Amino acid sequence: MLKRLLRTLWDGPQAMTGPAPNEEWLAGLVARLDHGAHALLGRSLAIRQVDAGSCNGCELEINALSNPYYDLERLGLRFVASPRHADVLLVTGPVTANMGIALARTWQATPEPKWVVAAGACAINGGVFAGSYACIGSVASIIPVDLEIPGCPPRPVDLLVGLVTLIEASAATPGR
Amino acid sequence: MTRSLSAYLAARGRPVAGVAAPFARFVLDSAAWATLAEDLTTLPWTVLALWGDEPATVHAALREPATGIVAVVSVACPERRFASLSAARPPAIRFERAIQDLFGFTAEGLTDPRPWLDHDAWPVTAPLGEATAVGERVPRPYRFLPVEGASLHQIPVGPVHAGIIEPGHFRFTANGETIVRLEDRLGYTHKGVEALMRGKPVGDAARLAARLSGDSTVAHSLAFARAVEAATGTVVPPRAVWLRALMAELERLANHLGDIGAICNDVGFAFALAEGSMLREKVLRAADWAFGHRLMMDRVVPGGCAADLSTDGVKGIADLIGVLRQRLVSLVDLVEHKASLLDRTVTTGVLSTDLARQWQPGGFIGRASGQDHDSRKSPGYPPYPELSFSVPVFADGDVNARLMVRIKEVENSLWLLDQILERLPVGAIWVAPQRAAGEGMALVEGFRGEILNWVRIDDQGTVARCFPRDPSWLQWPLLTAAIEGNIVADFPVCNKSFNCSYSGHDL
Repeated sequence: MLKRLLRTLWDGPQAMTGPAPNEEWLAGLVARLDHGAHALLGRSLAIRQVDAGSCNGCELEINALSNPYYDLERLGLRFVASPRHADVLLVTGPVTANMGIALARTWQATPEPKWVVAAGACAINGGVFAGSYACIGSVASIIPVDLEIPGCPPRPVDLLVGLVTLIEASAATPGR
Repeated sequence: MTRSLSAYLAARGRPVAGVAAPFARFVLDSAAWATLAEDLTTLPWTVLALWGDEPATVHAALREPATGIVAVVSVACPERRFASLSAARPPAIRFERAIQDLFGFTAEGLTDPRPWLDHDAWPVTAPLGEATAVGERVPRPYRFLPVEGASLHQIPVGPVHAGIIEPGHFRFTANGETIVRLEDRLGYTHKGVEALMRGKPVGDAARLAARLSGDSTVAHSLAFARAVEAATGTVVPPRAVWLRALMAELERLANHLGDIGAICNDVGFAFALAEGSMLREKVLRAADWAFGHRLMMDRVVPGGCAADLSTDGVKGIADLIGVLRQRLVSLVDLVEHKASLLDRTVTTGVLSTDLARQWQPGGFIGRASGQDHDSRKSPGYPPYPELSFSVPVFADGDVNARLMVRIKEVENSLWLLDQILERLPVGAIWVAPQRAAGEGMALVEGFRGEILNWVRIDDQGTVARCFPRDPSWLQWPLLTAAIEGNIVADFPVCNKSFNCSYSGHDL
């Protein structure tokens, strides 16, 4: 273990360069963003992930964001354990009927200002599960969505671009 | 007197013609089924799964442990009632609760008749049976099992968890720090996959099979594809057979490497998480490079594979094997010898060999508790009979034993990848599946354990009924047994060492 840690000092970090924000998403977000959010949030976002019935593929890639290659905490992003600590809800899955109430309550428990990111094909429009008796079919039909990140599942780089774009949108909005 | 499964079923039932080898199916009348429910108290056969069908029928897959023979037994239930197998076989309980919810059949004598997947949130009742539309439903309160005693308290957890994991509810009853009972309530990720598959062409249904449980997308796709190929008599080109095994072993590697790190992290050993997650990322990048998708989703399809491996891809995977072998040595040495880690994993979350024998959970859970079953060996499927690998078995049944099994399986998968790359045949990777009606079943070893897939194809080439059974069905109940007597703070590590799928179970 010591050898590996020393080598890391020698070789430098494994992390990729932080990606640039997506300009198109950025423009949309700045337009949506509540004035004054920047004063509250600064260049840091606390994310609460909510699985609303995904196949767990999206969770695998969201978990990958914490590995040494993507290392999202260095970009001012961190996952938190409770919606009460969160600025962003990162929601996956086609919103199963059995998760509808839990998702709505998680959103209610998140303090303002808050953003919702729908990650993955299912969260955006139900994906392959659209039309099922057991699925509501999109995150937007339960709570307001600010940003959609497509993919089945989205690659970690795409997730990172989305989240970095959120930070930039927040920073681009003047304080009150 | 021991009776053979085949002889027993042949004497009491009618074999169904046109069922694909090697798994026979027998139809019993309701009296013979009821006798079977009683006989199971003395017979050694394992119940692998029960599932419903229309017109009103219940199927059960049974395995004879001594010979490994698997057969399906069916009973027609025109009055929508059947005799429960739960008294003799507790693993049948959740399958029968699911059948009651999805088909509206009554399992007579079911020892635990509470609803399971149906949380009163769907706009229909019995969605796979008579599918009666209903208006707004008021959810009935779910009655958790009673707990009595002084100074007990309850901790409800979920469905939304603190970590980045799937949703489910856990009800802990604790005496101080010690868990006296854990009850899980699942079904939150029920997406109605079986209903969505019905009537779909096999290619479309395969996309649903690939999304039953994202971490096992290759294994579930393979189980579905093999079941369809058995049903329709489709013969897959040799290169596809070997490519499938290559992808399946890459998937096993990625999951085991990530989980080894995550298990260590749940007892506060963050270094192993960093190392394990980096190795996992290396596997996913190699898979992406070789097959165009990090999880290899939709790459195994009925008829073969949807992505071929280029010369560059072969080199990429060979390089990956080399890097992993080199990096693994120090990680394995750490996990096997670090005293502060062993202090938390040894004797924690013990699953007894008796329970493992009774439930046959398979996978690393079964193999850490003395059960040596591996579908790649029995019934076995190509190309594994031509490959050399061992099945690691430990008897301690604790978190450490499950970690050790995974480490040995990583080593075995690397060895298998060597052999596969060396012997990969050339040629086509896909044929169009035959357009023929029939039914078939497949058993495939995913990273988590044995996946069963049973399918009936109609003469239009569409799926008439598909039942995909993730091993989690048999593993979740054992987690609640293994956690008893442990402290609440050790639940995360016990849970991660089981790592059951919510989505694969909830369907």
